[in-house]
Amino acid sequence: MTEFDTSHRVFVSYIDKSREYYLARGYGNPYRWAHHKDVPFSPLKKALNKSRVALVTTAALTKESAATSEVYAAPTEPPPAVLFTEHRSWDKAATHTRDVETFLPIRRVREFAAAGRIDNLSPHFYGVPTDFSQRRTIDKYAPELLDVCRADAVDLALLVPL
Amino acid sequence: MSLVARHLETNGIPTVVIGSAKDIVEQCGVPRFVFTDFPLGNPCGKPDDPTMQSAIVGIALDLLESARHSRITVQTPFNWPTTDWRDRYMQLET
Repeated sequence: MTEFDTSHRVFVSYIDKSREYYLARGYGNPYRWAHHKDVPFSPLKKALNKSRVALVTTAALTKESAATSEVYAAPTEPPPAVLFTEHRSWDKAATHTRDVETFLPIRRVREFAAAGRIDNLSPHFYGVPTDFSQRRTIDKYAPELLDVCRADAVDLALLVPL
Repeated sequence: MSLVARHLETNGIPTVVIGSAKDIVEQCGVPRFVFTDFPLGNPCGKPDDPTMQSAIVGIALDLLESARHSRITVQTPFNWPTTDWRDRYMQLET
């Protein structure tokens, strides 16, 4: 293992790297990432072992559905053997997404339900598109996800961006 | 996804984001964040390592239970076996 150069950040700054990459290619007007001074906080309404937990992913069900960029709900039983992730900018040289549990841990969450740590996993998992448009995310995808979570009486959500 | 977490939280559903892009999530600002310092793609643990995956889900559940205010980041104790991926992301040709 190579040693870290601690004159730089140890963790990867994706904001810095993507800005420098596009600037070097002549694209001005760098992307303005979302930034908020205030962060909401909602205390748990129920004990964890009485709560229904949802999993939310940026992966798509299929290549075709990835192109439509829509919020979706899909059954957690049986867990999907594969999800479409090629349209997302994960590190395709360093790793792979063939083990769905690495980004949508349906079986792992179920094990916590079986052990009594949570009540249950929602009958659906939920997909949210990654969109450069923060406005579309805030005005369309986020309210749509809230609606499907409420329809399933979800108490808590684990959100896992790829 | 961070914006979505904020919306759920505002509307009474407590959330935790599990991710590997620390700067993007923290700059947006989310209530609870479990940071896995891995190449993007496997924030819930390495492929075919259910023990690690279970540990990371457990950290997320613990954080849901223990958090008393927003913007809490917990880093998972796991390391990727290599470091070359850190420089390779969007690397500029020299």
